[in-house]
Amino acid sequence: MVIPATPKPSLDAANSLGMLPSISQGYTNVPRNKRPQPPIFLGVWTGITFLFLYLPIAVLIFLSFNDSNILSLPWRGITGKWYSLAFSDRPLMESLGNSLKVATAATVLATGFGLLTAWGIYRYQFWGRNTLRIAVNLPILLPGVVTGVAMLAYFSSLDLPLSLITVILGHGIFGLPVAMGSILTRLGQFPQSLAEAAADLGAKPGRAFWDVIFPYISSAVASGALLAFTLSFDEVIVTIFLTGRDNTLPLEIWARLRTDITPEIAAAATLVLLGSSVFILLNQWVASRE
Amino acid sequence: MGIVTLKNISKIYPSNQGNIYAVQDVNLEIQAGEFYSLLGSSGSGKTTILRLIGGFEIPEQGRVLLGDEDVTQQPPYQRNVHTVFQKYALFPHMTVTENIAYPLTVEGVTKVEIDQRVTEAIETFRLQGLADRKPNQLSGGQQQRVALARALIDRPKVLLLDEPLSALDAKIRQEVRQELRELQKLTGLTFIYVTHDQEEAIALSDRIAVMHNGKVEQVGTPSEIYNQPASLFVAKFIGKANLFTGKIINSRTVDINGYVLDIPELKSQNPGNQVTIMIRPERLQINPRTLRDQEITGKIVNCTYIGQTREYQIQTSMGLLNITKLATGTDYAVDSIVEISWSTEDCVVLFN
Repeated sequence: MVIPATPKPSLDAANSLGMLPSISQGYTNVPRNKRPQPPIFLGVWTGITFLFLYLPIAVLIFLSFNDSNILSLPWRGITGKWYSLAFSDRPLMESLGNSLKVATAATVLATGFGLLTAWGIYRYQFWGRNTLRIAVNLPILLPGVVTGVAMLAYFSSLDLPLSLITVILGHGIFGLPVAMGSILTRLGQFPQSLAEAAADLGAKPGRAFWDVIFPYISSAVASGALLAFTLSFDEVIVTIFLTGRDNTLPLEIWARLRTDITPEIAAAATLVLLGSSVFILLNQWVASRE
Repeated sequence: MGIVTLKNISKIYPSNQGNIYAVQDVNLEIQAGEFYSLLGSSGSGKTTILRLIGGFEIPEQGRVLLGDEDVTQQPPYQRNVHTVFQKYALFPHMTVTENIAYPLTVEGVTKVEIDQRVTEAIETFRLQGLADRKPNQLSGGQQQRVALARALIDRPKVLLLDEPLSALDAKIRQEVRQELRELQKLTGLTFIYVTHDQEEAIALSDRIAVMHNGKVEQVGTPSEIYNQPASLFVAKFIGKANLFTGKIINSRTVDINGYVLDIPELKSQNPGNQVTIMIRPERLQINPRTLRDQEITGKIVNCTYIGQTREYQIQTSMGLLNITKLATGTDYAVDSIVEISWSTEDCVVLFN
């Protein structure tokens, strides 16, 4: 068979149509307004957004080193005394201890019950399943004030005295949906065939959970726990309603803002910022290992 | 009594349009030591049957028996059958060694014995050097061998395989297919194999159950299924077929478009009934030296060269005949007139 030769495109024909420059002579000859633009506007806008978000925080950190007795400009020189003052400030350190105690206990509660809830929703079909799933999220959907008042009323009617215990319960309540959300998402990704394979090879359901399912979701459990911890540590509104005589760190700082506005507050706040950042980064790192 | 028996099994899913039968009143008996395939397209019920045997589904009706033990309600971890899943289902956070050892770990076998048996398995399945790797560091073929090793290490009586070759590249599929068959012969275990690939089923199996719409169309050896299909569906599903509709004249002849075709004697016949006649393309001979039982003249309208074979299409008074011939020997030109000849026993009469 004879295959007809494909005609070569004629350079003259292309030239006459004005098509030639960008194809045959390379990019350097293309007029400037035809090349792809660097995204200047996007860069500027991003810069403004970041400034808006972080300038106040940056100022705070900046001022915590200010050798001045008021938390404000002018700048009077650099000092670390506010930090050492913060560390020797007993009420402040006590409230930090309280924050850590509360956050840890609340995280354990939230993650434990969050895991159970997520597992129940994932594994079983029951009447009210969807309602439960939405209802559990209410503490984080509703304004903190509502949750705070509701729990206060509830504890009062139980004659439960306000203390760190009630704070822990409060933090646990809104930590639960956070932990549950992370775990439920991960469970949704779990290939059912793995659980079947474990059963097929002789593992009873409990064993299959520990051998196969829990390792799969462990990063989500850790991630949920870290997030619950961070939220608890920073939390102010629900805490105000539910605390007795003990303060958590944010509460202590807030209380002092009215009377004692020295850069020591800024130092304490910066420490809180540092702690939270560490946890957020940890959380990201754990989550990214999937 | 077979090693696996299904009695009147039905798997029913309720829906808005009434009940959907994934499997409808199926009876199967699988003998010990058989390579038994469940063949069908998706939705035919073959995977459901496998899952019913494995214990991942409970039938709404009927019974599943392993030997003479009724296991219908038993969960998978109580049945002495293991499954090789389609995507292998290897535990991603465990190494190859831990994966293979898992059935023994669950059983509580001593560490010394586990180590020994796992080492054996790694030898048998050519997984040397991969013992400490995680599944995502293995190739498809290696993953499959780990899945096999894991399922066989505690010596189950029956192995269920859910389309194990479908996730492999076409290139190594042939090799692995052969290895599977040899493994089955070597171990003497019963393999129950689900596939939609009829060539695979024919190449591997001692017996095949062809499934369609939740029912078993035919159970037989590969040769029986191929040469004596019990229904039109089986005839069309397996291999290629020439199919003609015609009317019964008497117990030995059928009228196809005016051509009187001899058929193997029918036991019962109703003259005038419509039937379908099937002849496999390789059974028809072009211009043979000695004519067989019947012949017809035709004109070649098409010839396709496939390399190993040539496929001819020949127009005859009976209809269009498809003939497959080895590409060695004479090539017939399009438009030439030829004699086609075949044996009466090559004609299969199908009633549905």
